[in-house]
Amino acid sequence: MVTAEFPLENTLTVQSNGKATKNKLSMVVFSGDMDKVMAALIIATGAAASGMEVTMFFTFWGFKAIQKSGGFTGKGLFGRMLGVMNRGGLDAIGPSRLNMGGMGRWMFKLMMKQKGASSLHDLYQMAVELGVKMMPCQMTMDVMEIDPKFFQDNVTPPVGVATFLEEATESKVTLFI
Amino acid sequence: MTSQISPLVMDLKGLLCPMPVVKLAMAIKSIPVGETIEAYATDPGVMADIPAWCRTTGNELVTLEKLEKQFHLVVRRAK
Repeated sequence: MVTAEFPLENTLTVQSNGKATKNKLSMVVFSGDMDKVMAALIIATGAAASGMEVTMFFTFWGFKAIQKSGGFTGKGLFGRMLGVMNRGGLDAIGPSRLNMGGMGRWMFKLMMKQKGASSLHDLYQMAVELGVKMMPCQMTMDVMEIDPKFFQDNVTPPVGVATFLEEATESKVTLFI
Repeated sequence: MTSQISPLVMDLKGLLCPMPVVKLAMAIKSIPVGETIEAYATDPGVMADIPAWCRTTGNELVTLEKLEKQFHLVVRRAK
């Protein structure tokens, strides 16, 4: 005779988090390339327009998307070198392929304008208007020596992985870009 | 097409993804529930995206048609 080792209700329990899933999108923006940031902003604005709550968690190269244009980051020698080599702001970033020292960026911007596609600035502004929450990663800020004053005004105070995971666990959709 | 069309007509011509959906989503908040909003767009993507947006948000797609050089759509605010 076969007996069940575990109560049936235990075997059917799949949800470890008691929180109800919200109609929400959480995204890690790791990349600072123009094309990938564009994809992230398009998905974020589209989701917000479809009634979803949207959180974007920016880390590493993704910081370039939330940095103000101009200004050099960094405190020590390496931090300052990084600030010079790795300029922030939506105008400074180029496509992940065929950038060719800025030529690609110029060409993409021109082609987007000719076709009537929204610029990164327009998309960013729209995301802010739609209430998309943008959070910077504290650890990366420390490592790269980036002060919060270099970030756009809508960016929240710095957070850590636990905050992102809290957002992610209650989200229907999670993305890493 | 219903007999009662609210006077709000949006010009979404020349806009590409995601702007037609985003602008429509912003504008629909300005009309009362039950009223309709009408728009013209040129991005062929609206043929897939507007119905998808309506299914996601629960708003009712009244009309979506391809005219000669543009797309015409009417959406009723549901909530």
